[in-house]
Amino acid sequence: MPEAVIKVENLTKRFGDFTAVDHISFEVRKGEIFGFLGANGAGKTTAMRMLCGLSRPTEGHGTVAGFDIARQQEQIKKNIGYMSQKFSLYNDLKVWENIRLFAGIYGMKPKRIAAKTDELLNRLGFMAEKNTFVEKLPLGWKQKLAFSVAIFHEPQIVFLDEPTGGVDPITRRQFWELIYEAVEQGITVFVTTHYMDEAEYCDRVSIMVDGRIEALDSPRELKKRMEARSMDEVFRQLARKARRSAD
Amino acid sequence: MRTFLFLLEKEFKQILRNRIILAMIIALPTIQLAILPHAATYEIRHINLAVVDADHSTLSAELTAKLNASRYFNLVSDGTSYEDALELVEDGKAHLILEIPPHFEKDLRLASKAGLMIAVDAVDGTMGSIGSSYLNQILQSFTAGLVARGEIAYPEAAGPQARIQVIPQYRYNTQLDYKTYMVPGILVMLLTLVGGILAALNIVSEKEQGTLEQINVSPVPKQSYLLAKVIPFWIIGLLTLAIGLLIARFLYGIVPAGSLLTLYTFAAVYVVAFTGFGLLISVAAKTQQQSMFIAFFFLLIFFLMGGLFTPISSMPYWAQVITWFNPTAYLIDVVRLIVMKGSGFADLVPQFFCILGFAVVFNVWAIFGYDKTA
Repeated sequence: MPEAVIKVENLTKRFGDFTAVDHISFEVRKGEIFGFLGANGAGKTTAMRMLCGLSRPTEGHGTVAGFDIARQQEQIKKNIGYMSQKFSLYNDLKVWENIRLFAGIYGMKPKRIAAKTDELLNRLGFMAEKNTFVEKLPLGWKQKLAFSVAIFHEPQIVFLDEPTGGVDPITRRQFWELIYEAVEQGITVFVTTHYMDEAEYCDRVSIMVDGRIEALDSPRELKKRMEARSMDEVFRQLARKARRSAD
Repeated sequence: MRTFLFLLEKEFKQILRNRIILAMIIALPTIQLAILPHAATYEIRHINLAVVDADHSTLSAELTAKLNASRYFNLVSDGTSYEDALELVEDGKAHLILEIPPHFEKDLRLASKAGLMIAVDAVDGTMGSIGSSYLNQILQSFTAGLVARGEIAYPEAAGPQARIQVIPQYRYNTQLDYKTYMVPGILVMLLTLVGGILAALNIVSEKEQGTLEQINVSPVPKQSYLLAKVIPFWIIGLLTLAIGLLIARFLYGIVPAGSLLTLYTFAAVYVVAFTGFGLLISVAAKTQQQSMFIAFFFLLIFFLMGGLFTPISSMPYWAQVITWFNPTAYLIDVVRLIVMKGSGFADLVPQFFCILGFAVVFNVWAIFGYDKTA
């Protein structure tokens, strides 16, 4: 079995007396696609932000790429890529300028960036848009670009927070092809999603309900155990127990 | 270091693409310097005066004509009833009432003494007090003129006229021109606005757009990120000052009496201080709205307590103590000294270290206040 690149034990985040993430423990193995599922408000994004070094855990500990999530956040940041739920490339920079900026701040050299940019844009069929302001791109393209930027510096792990929100099924399918390409390069993918068909594409999924992980296994095992025909049914059975109202 | 250059490149591209900001860099100094020194003048003119002439004599008519001829007063009424005049005051059409009672001329000629009543609308205190003192001066010169012409006897009760006359010599601003006094203050205001407001809105707008999170999740050192923000604002600030100085020269003929290098040394440190101040607000605020509101709160206090409009020396002591913590007050003082008096760096060392202190405190505070991990 491949080594674990993310290890978490009893990870907890409280905001005042609200426990957003409640003692979760799991491991993610190198090279897998790990689906992090849960209803709105279940605590997925909060948990993910702790893994990325954007938020300090209240309790529990864990490591990402071998670094402590409570103390070595800046070390973790060197080794991961992150694509947030909210689109976050610079709208007032051109496509190539965004790539150059983010690759540059991860320490890549300008020559290497320039060569890899052309290679990436050709592969995506984006070459014509090299000088387009990101603001002008359609949403689906923006998201594909944001993902490509998140893995441009070849991180060990990439965290994707609802990367396909609001795009059409064809673009979602293309997006997942990009994810598979990243996995082939040896990047571990940690992805949150609402779409249960996407859950089927993951190697393993965890399902969070009210800040806790209620189930964690491969989609096939989960369906078998819960006698469900689809991940959608698995999710409904588990999410029904939720007491927190979705936001 | 290389990371820093990538960030700097990004900041410059973004600012150079922001047409509104670029337009403001030109428009702000031009418009402020073209308009404000005229508007913010302390010279009070065109005071609306209502004269109530109940005497209808030659002298009362002469007095009214003299007042009307003065550039300080606009005669809005020469009616006969005090009530009518008061109504004008209540409607805001008159600031002062001069009531010339019946028998004014008779009393003056026979007794060398006559009463006049001045009523002042003190809602605008400055206008009221300055207006009544102008009025007094004109009345005195009017009576002095009458005495000189031998039309009335010199009032005995007043005693011998003072023989000592004080002629003040005004140094550094010989014409007592308020524009010369206002322009340096406005230059400081420009630097403050450019540094403070632009920086205050910058990081918080990245927060709102979500790009700050993408920066926070990267290994960028926060000092590099902040420094890359300071530099473009710093250049813009100094450019604005250059434009401002050119306008001051061509519009008002104001050429700094002191060295430009000294002026620029102070401005350079001051803009760093205010960019730090803006970044500090930007780091603390969650939305641009919050940031703008906080920035304005402080900037208004800095301007009003900075000696821009009212001299610090005439503030009450406790208010003067507050101005010690106001970086703007130091620079307004310094720029006036350099531009008007020609003070050199050696005269201004204490102010320099105060402004430098603010620059260090604001920027270090901004760095510590900015936490990449919440």
